[in-house]
Amino acid sequence: MTDIATPEGRQGRIARFFDSDIVFSYRRSPIAILASIVALGLILAAVLAPWIAPYDPFNPRTLNLMDGFTKPMSSSFAGNYFLLGSDHQGRDVLSTILYGSRVSLLVGLSATLFAMTLGVGLGLVAGYRGGLLDTVIMRIADIQLSFPAILIALLIFGVARGLIPASQQENVVLWVLVLAIGLSNWAQFARTVRGATMVERQKDYVSAARIMGVPPFFILIKHILPNVIGPVLVIATIGLALAIIEEATLSYLGVGVPPTQPSLGTLIRIGQQFLFSGEWWILAFPAFTLILLALSVNLLGDWLRDALNPRLR
Amino acid sequence: MTEPLLSVRDLKVVFHLRRGDFTAVNGISFDIMPGEVLGVVGESGAGKSMTGTAIMGLVDPPGEVSASEIRLMGERIDGLDEEGFRKIRGKRIGMVMQDPLTSLNPLYTVGEQLVETIQRHLPLNNAQARERAIKLLAEAGIPSPEERIDAYPHQFSGGMRQRVVISLALAAEPDLVIADEPTSALDVSVQAQIIKVLKDLCASRGVGVMLITHDMGVIAEAADRMIVMNKGEIVETGTVGDIIKRPREPYTIKLIEAIPSIKSQNPRYAAAAARGEVVAANDDTAPLVSVENLFCEFDLSPSVFSRLFGGNRKIVKAVNDVSFTIGRGSTYGLVGESGSGKSTCARMMVGLQPPTAGSVKLEGTDIWKDKGASAKRRRSIQMIFQDPYASLNPRWRVGEIIAEPIRALGLTSSRAEINDRVADLLDKVRLDPGVMNKYPHEFSGGQRQRVAIARALSSQPEIIICDEPTSALDVSVQAQVLELMTALQEEFGLTYLLISHNLAVVRQMADAVGVLHNGVLVESGPVEEIFGNPQADYTKMLLEAVPDISKVA
Amino acid sequence: MLAFILRRLGQSIVVMLVVAVVSFLMFRYVGDPIISMVGQEASIADQEALRDRLGLNDPFYVQFFRFITNALQGQFGISYRLQQPVTELILSRLPATIELALVSATMALAVGLVLGVFTALRPRSWSTGAIMSASLVGVSLPTFLIGIGLIYIFAVELKWLPSFGRGEVVNLGWWRTGFLTESGLRSIILPAITLSLFQMTLIMRLVRAEMLEVLRQDYIKFARARGLSKRAINFGHALKNTLVPVITITGLQLGSVIAFAIVTETVFQWPGVGSLFVNSVAVVDVPVMAAYLMFVAFIFVAINLIVDVLYYIVDPRLRVAGGR
Repeated sequence: MTDIATPEGRQGRIARFFDSDIVFSYRRSPIAILASIVALGLILAAVLAPWIAPYDPFNPRTLNLMDGFTKPMSSSFAGNYFLLGSDHQGRDVLSTILYGSRVSLLVGLSATLFAMTLGVGLGLVAGYRGGLLDTVIMRIADIQLSFPAILIALLIFGVARGLIPASQQENVVLWVLVLAIGLSNWAQFARTVRGATMVERQKDYVSAARIMGVPPFFILIKHILPNVIGPVLVIATIGLALAIIEEATLSYLGVGVPPTQPSLGTLIRIGQQFLFSGEWWILAFPAFTLILLALSVNLLGDWLRDALNPRLR
Repeated sequence: MTEPLLSVRDLKVVFHLRRGDFTAVNGISFDIMPGEVLGVVGESGAGKSMTGTAIMGLVDPPGEVSASEIRLMGERIDGLDEEGFRKIRGKRIGMVMQDPLTSLNPLYTVGEQLVETIQRHLPLNNAQARERAIKLLAEAGIPSPEERIDAYPHQFSGGMRQRVVISLALAAEPDLVIADEPTSALDVSVQAQIIKVLKDLCASRGVGVMLITHDMGVIAEAADRMIVMNKGEIVETGTVGDIIKRPREPYTIKLIEAIPSIKSQNPRYAAAAARGEVVAANDDTAPLVSVENLFCEFDLSPSVFSRLFGGNRKIVKAVNDVSFTIGRGSTYGLVGESGSGKSTCARMMVGLQPPTAGSVKLEGTDIWKDKGASAKRRRSIQMIFQDPYASLNPRWRVGEIIAEPIRALGLTSSRAEINDRVADLLDKVRLDPGVMNKYPHEFSGGQRQRVAIARALSSQPEIIICDEPTSALDVSVQAQVLELMTALQEEFGLTYLLISHNLAVVRQMADAVGVLHNGVLVESGPVEEIFGNPQADYTKMLLEAVPDISKVA
Repeated sequence: MLAFILRRLGQSIVVMLVVAVVSFLMFRYVGDPIISMVGQEASIADQEALRDRLGLNDPFYVQFFRFITNALQGQFGISYRLQQPVTELILSRLPATIELALVSATMALAVGLVLGVFTALRPRSWSTGAIMSASLVGVSLPTFLIGIGLIYIFAVELKWLPSFGRGEVVNLGWWRTGFLTESGLRSIILPAITLSLFQMTLIMRLVRAEMLEVLRQDYIKFARARGLSKRAINFGHALKNTLVPVITITGLQLGSVIAFAIVTETVFQWPGVGSLFVNSVAVVDVPVMAAYLMFVAFIFVAINLIVDVLYYIVDPRLRVAGGR
């Protein structure tokens, strides 16, 4: 309606960034600030796990059954102190959580990256080319989107387990998990990017590029991609939370990561056995970490969506 | 002296935005007498729509109305609560909005929406309300209203839908109708009919009308008195005849000057006639572009099956056997209403849409069939688009945008050379070369269109296809852009194909004109011959129908 | 109308065929059915003989055709793990899943719709803020944690409701229902809430977003300009237009409740097809996996078809051939 742009404009990418609506909206949103601090803190703790964890929970030599079932903030019979208690094998809950979030984040991030690459690529091509290719890609996406991701992931996981020889499974199971979760989430990216691409393709700046003979690949990469990246970021953020939850769910169901490399989901699965006998901390702390991680990422995604699409506010 | 129907004093609308307050309407005052049509005219951002919205009490946050007084027949209506306004809206003030496509709810029949409105305001039972609805539709000029009343909005054409909207606005016999750009989304020929319906219906009921529009031609045709608005303030008030013929304020004088009239002769003809020469169509030289028997068909069959087996096939001939030539250095105008196929013609000429049959020849080379023609086409043909917001990639700097054709065509790869050329081009379109590093959103619509022109020029083309280059711009900006185009044509010896629905613009700019109607070229020839002495019935009807400032009473 | 339905039916059959191919590929090529049946000790010759007898050496299309024919007759082979016909297994566990899905879908739809409309109509009130934040927490909570939490509170601490199983069931022919006994009804409460929460938040957010979008449309402004009552605008005009897209997506969501039950059933040890599936994935019991996939796809396609018909009824633009 009105042109509020200053006549001189502001020079420099950095200055422009700090003046942008995104940063303004970030600074105005305490939830976004808090969520990003929590998420960054958790990610940092997970990355630094080998250096900051008080114990190495997966080294059988350091484990002592005398340490088992120690309550939080107390010392065991063997004289070791456990801030968040210990589990039935005497493993430090805090350390297992640190290592566990490492696995959860690794799988979640890789799976989201994989889903994003695949989905954005297919979405761009489908939206730009249209026709039969578009119909085929989008039909597959539609069918897949109508099933819950967890079912797709379970199927892919089951199939991969059936195809890979048993001796190899221990090594590749993490990547099978990434594949399963990634393949169950690409469709959301593809659908959104395709829709946005179809809108952009109609715009005159694309026509102008076509008239001067810019090849389709460059039109997609240099013209259209930068204009559809906003919604992709939103989906990727929310998708990361979903992927982390999905991994936890698979591990909870006992079909995810191997017990030698427990993720947060595995820890919860283990902890549930002791919930009814009163050892609540074995379940509660990993569960709390998982919720905190998923919630902070989700809050960030939600804020980002509103910030990029002011109409929804 | 009679009491005014509507009296507005010191109306102010402020929007509380992130970067401070923005005043959309700044203390305006005016009256509307019973039965009078008051035109409110102004360019975009003048606050004219907001004035109408404020009177209806429809301003939503972050906007805020602070008026000292709005009176409807002597009774204050400002500061009413929502319930109070609801008793006035529809019952005492009716509203007609711009886009008939979106102002009707697609899920209800026209009759349901009419009956709903009538029963809300008048104590009638279902049968009576329906009878009244049919009568209203009939008065608005909808044929066989008894049947059409049960149709859904999507079953009406744009003009018919706007008639429905008008009957909805008049459903409860209001005293005042606020019509906000009621004809701007419609074609010229329909536009005239809608203005007439609105005017007649209001006159026969003695209803006052506030007619908001950017189009001075519509005001000239329909209004009694008018106010000119700029930047939220009233610049000038007076009778329509006075203001158009004898504007007093500098802003109004400039505005009226900028409006091209369909009655004013092409300046080149006029100049030549003054010198006693005859402008000859340069038939002797070979044309730069010739379009020969061009066809374009779209298959709109509902499914693949009917496409394959022919049942239920629906083929639309968007362009149907069109031929014309454009001489080097001249401007050919292509006029027609929406759906006439003029944009499809342009797309076939720039290589975006393959023709079904026929050819587009550039200096004798068929750009679609001949070998190596596409390279020639890319170098020689460029295009300027209608929407200056969509034609520049918002993520690119202006410098990169202008340099794109240079890079894409591999004219040069030296950075410094490209920079020099871009700076030179910006200078040519009268922009400061320093703006190279800015992004499109930092420019106004007219400035963006200049950037688009600079981009079109950067590959040094011979012909530029201009698809409605000024129809998204305000009149004063339009005048500047047209003037720039003329100057560039002289400097570089450019050839233009100018596509426009605005007949006045075409008359002012073109040497020769073609008139398209439903894909068929009904008439083609030198501009003054076509405008001065049209042969085809369709052309005559168009020229007759255009609302134009020369038609002021 | 008929043509529309037929076209949709055709598309559904294509979808089913695609799923059948996936399911067949899985059935045939994942793991070795022979080894699963006779064990690894059997001699190569014995294995080969059995292979021939079962037709596993036939060409691909013959085997696929046989698979389809069997599937149409409801035969999906024998579970490796439980050594029972798969169809029998699924049918015996189906009522449990369907009852759970019905209860939670109804809850999700009712609550989601009401909350979605409410939050859209009061975009600035504090209760909307609270509901939206709660829904975000809801999306961030993994289903299994919600289940565990509910069990802990209502079964372990308060001891109000059972923590697992279906309670007492009554046989109505082959259908075993838990709706007719008190313990059955008490047993379904916690799993149903767990299962519905995620769908509920999704439906609510969807309804809210659609409704906000509709409220911005010109015809709503025009309806206000005609002086219509708030009620008529919000519920007559806005809600009806909101429902058009919501029906489609909600339908799909509800279809997926059945598949979503996998996790809930595991947490609550609910004897439905979902927990059967999870146990099969863990040991790569391929016949069950393949049959389950077909079964879920069938339900999805059926619901989709119903949704399309509903869509047709609500939207006149589809019903009446366009005029322009």
